[in-house]
Amino acid sequence: MTDILIKNLPILVVLCPLMMSLIVVLIPNIFLSWLLTFASTFVAFIFSILLYQEVQIHSTISYALGNWAPPLGIEYVIDKVSIFPIIIITLIGFLTTIFSSKMMPDEINETSISKVYSLWLLAIAGLIGLVTTGDAFNLFVFLEISSLASVALVAMGAQKDKQALVAAYNYLIIGAVGATLYVIGVGLLYGITGTLNMADLSERVVDLKNNKALIAGFGFMIVGIMVKAAVFPMHIWLPRAYAYAPSAVSVLLAATATKASLYILARILFSVFDIADNLIINTLSYIILPLSIIAMFAGTIMAVYEKDIKRLLAHSSVAQIGYITLAFAIGTKASVAAGFIHMFNHALIKGALFMAITSISFYIQKRVTLSNLSGLGRAMPITFFCFVICSLSLAGLPLTAGFISKLYLIKASISADGLWIAILILFSSALSVIYLWKMIEALWLQQPRKEIIIKENPTIYISLLIITFLNIYFGLDASFVVDSSTEAAEKLVGVSK
Amino acid sequence: MISSTIGIWNYWIVFLLMMIGLFLVIGRKNFLKKIVGLTIFQTSVFLLYITFGKIKGGTPPILNNAIDTVYSNPLPHVLILTAIVVGVATTALGLSLVLRINSEYGSIEEDEISAQDLVDYHDQIETSKKIDTKFIQ
Repeated sequence: MTDILIKNLPILVVLCPLMMSLIVVLIPNIFLSWLLTFASTFVAFIFSILLYQEVQIHSTISYALGNWAPPLGIEYVIDKVSIFPIIIITLIGFLTTIFSSKMMPDEINETSISKVYSLWLLAIAGLIGLVTTGDAFNLFVFLEISSLASVALVAMGAQKDKQALVAAYNYLIIGAVGATLYVIGVGLLYGITGTLNMADLSERVVDLKNNKALIAGFGFMIVGIMVKAAVFPMHIWLPRAYAYAPSAVSVLLAATATKASLYILARILFSVFDIADNLIINTLSYIILPLSIIAMFAGTIMAVYEKDIKRLLAHSSVAQIGYITLAFAIGTKASVAAGFIHMFNHALIKGALFMAITSISFYIQKRVTLSNLSGLGRAMPITFFCFVICSLSLAGLPLTAGFISKLYLIKASISADGLWIAILILFSSALSVIYLWKMIEALWLQQPRKEIIIKENPTIYISLLIITFLNIYFGLDASFVVDSSTEAAEKLVGVSK
Repeated sequence: MISSTIGIWNYWIVFLLMMIGLFLVIGRKNFLKKIVGLTIFQTSVFLLYITFGKIKGGTPPILNNAIDTVYSNPLPHVLILTAIVVGVATTALGLSLVLRINSEYGSIEEDEISAQDLVDYHDQIETSKKIDTKFIQ
């Protein structure tokens, strides 16, 4: 029995939320639909922990879907690289589901809640599938499952603010163009290699150096994924989509959606193609490196001038994605590991910050802007405490998770002879303190305009507390994150570098 | 020269449709026209895949007993069947969003909508200064 379970884990972790989404849509009761969502995300999280243990033993698990042997059939691959984003997605999915129990009924009318939970599970299933699959075309299908579900989720914010509709529309159009570009790339690669399996593809592209169709296909794929990952010039959809989505959805999307795409980016760059190839070296140093540096500063500066807090955090996400792609662009083993570390830590940090801000907007029943934050910190000590810890973590203060990722990133860039990159990273972190301080100052130092009494609700702050605890825990003992990212980077970049 | 250029006319059509579609998505301000562009863009990709699957003199991939039969590749067709489903879902979701936008804003022109949004955005920033909220106990 347990043997069968263990053997089928790679597909079960995807199927669990996917199938449950079909059941949840039929259930009219709010509590019951939440309970089923909670149960399936929890089970998916348990499955991912089991998979982690399996990967420690077997190193790579290959699962042939429907028993069709890999190069021809669809293959699901769980290895030391892909287990990492799976854990991020399932962990955050599970925690945000707890968080959503109070937020959803507040923002969405009763009749559509079960449908929202169904989409919620679809989005999570799509993201997990995106990471697990080893088939380039199957990846596109999961990409679209997750992004169509997230578009619909963002559009649900329209019950509070009609701007959510335009945000969702832009997300849909830009996302669909990105996905189509990716499909063109896959098509061109299929046309010259005759395979869709990523492992098989990586063997066959070696003989095709300087083939023009290969270069074009690679370009299309990378650009398509960069649109989904919101790498700098293609980030236009992100701030609005995150800002006007319902609270719980912003938390889920901010913490997981771009991480899955960033993982795919790393996988195409390093695993399908070879890091030693001139094509990849040029792409990394002439396209991704400059774009990431611009993203770091553009995102931070946009955030400094922003007054609407959810938008502010979304702009800061653009900057943080810049750090991750910067780490990939340096292209050494240490820097790719740093990219994965920051991917994990940023999911924790941004998830917690969005949770704190959206729970403030739950209590004051308004969009949170810099001016109506004043004095709220004293009224809601628990939320404020978590907010401060995670802000410090975002800025990269010692003893928090953010410090670990900045430390490894800077160490990696210095050892790769990029002292100027390290200086730029430090400079943009310093800039990020400006907007974080603006929020903390408003929350704590300004006097409230009115006497405010807020009774904080434990169902809302419990998941916030858990994530904040994780932020501190992974700041003190980062061995899990550092070890597994180093193993992931070793697998991706290889021992040669 | 001419024969080799005309010989790949399928790709020319793909290229043309792709550019028309992408131009409509980027260049048009009307939300409905953007979706039309997106559909054309996706259709061009379908055609690209179908072209890969065709082999000169190939028959449909149904097993027959002749030894020297050349079969066309069926896999791209199957892939495109999936891609068409995804495309239909995208279009449907897009159209329903346009409907909702039209009923909320009374327009589907990007300029008018972003002008309204800008006003709303500044209102939110301004009105939040005079705090008047009922707090949940």
